[in-house]
Amino acid sequence: MISATDYDFFKKFLKLHSGLILSDDKHYLLESRLVPLLRKFELPDFSRLAANLRDNANSVVAQAVIEAMTTNESLFFRDKTPFEVFTTVMLPKLHAARPPSAPLRIWCAAASTGQEPYSLAMTLKENPHLIGTRRVEFLCTDLSNEVLERAASGRYNQFEVQRGLPIQMLMKYFKKVDDMWEITPQLKTGMTFRKLNLLHPFVGLGQFDIVFCRNVLIYFDAPTKTDILNRIAKVTAPDGYLVLGGAETVMGLGEAYRPLPNQRGFYVPNVPAPASMSAAVASR
Amino acid sequence: MKTCLVVDDSSVVRKVARRILEDLAFTVREAADGQAALDACDEAMPDGILLDWNMPVMEGLEFLQILRKREGGDVPRVIFCTTNNDFEHITKAIEAGANEYIMKPFDQDILREKLEEVGLLEKAPAT
Repeated sequence: MISATDYDFFKKFLKLHSGLILSDDKHYLLESRLVPLLRKFELPDFSRLAANLRDNANSVVAQAVIEAMTTNESLFFRDKTPFEVFTTVMLPKLHAARPPSAPLRIWCAAASTGQEPYSLAMTLKENPHLIGTRRVEFLCTDLSNEVLERAASGRYNQFEVQRGLPIQMLMKYFKKVDDMWEITPQLKTGMTFRKLNLLHPFVGLGQFDIVFCRNVLIYFDAPTKTDILNRIAKVTAPDGYLVLGGAETVMGLGEAYRPLPNQRGFYVPNVPAPASMSAAVASR
Repeated sequence: MKTCLVVDDSSVVRKVARRILEDLAFTVREAADGQAALDACDEAMPDGILLDWNMPVMEGLEFLQILRKREGGDVPRVIFCTTNNDFEHITKAIEAGANEYIMKPFDQDILREKLEEVGLLEKAPAT
């Protein structure tokens, strides 16, 4: 059991270091995610874990606590619709609007273990006519080094490749290596994996045509969400897109984005201020 | 109500699959081998078939090859569900006309998503 004092400490710790908002009734979630860490770091109970974080907020243990609390369940082609809108709306529009030599730049801002960027890469391979020979670059970021390493490896266990991935796609784009399934190297072409905390400034990222930021803003309070959306808008092309989770919205979170008509979860930037535009172009 | 035939020589697996499928509002029938499954299909062609590979009397692959040649045998959506988890087996199954493939062990999420994949279930709303 977590004591009231320790719960309060974990709550403040997570808010400060990851932006995660833990409401007062999430004891079960906190305990179930942190129990494995007690074992891993050989700590007798939650109060010792809390004491450990109080001593050093930047330790390996602290990073593990943040990762355990913020890592999402991830499956291939999660929610399906984003991948349909990607091919039916976004790619045709952007391909027509860009000079042939310009790469398409996609940012997966909560890339987790890589299912989302690889699903997009598979979608591109399945629809070669949509972008011709245009290069596509993916920036895959996450708060957690551990999950990014797994994403970059492109290796998934049998359980993971059965979540959301049609069997034909598994056969086409994976090969079996021992007990794991490994994604074909050609799908990693143009992918960069990089640790990034959405609470920190977006420096040196360049400008993106599409930003996927699904099921991560739910962790933040409204002012933090607004700030993140404003900063994402500054690194998004004026005719680019933002994709949020199906249950998320920009309503009440500033003016940076407006919904794509008739498409829940998809947003386009409101006309950006000239200053941010020139900054975005310059950084390209 | 959609019907699903669960073909597996393990009564435990049939029971687990039945419980999940009934929760998803399927009417479930069971068969313990490929021959019994063919007989069940003769009685009434199901909408879906969850099919084990290694079984006595007639194994899953042979059942599928015979089924697909029969009149109306192209209708059921067939999901293999087997411990055979290598590339070669999956390829054989798909070539024989399987629509999807589950590598055991499986759970409720995997089965539900595969049923969605083959069109036997409505897709769950976005999470």
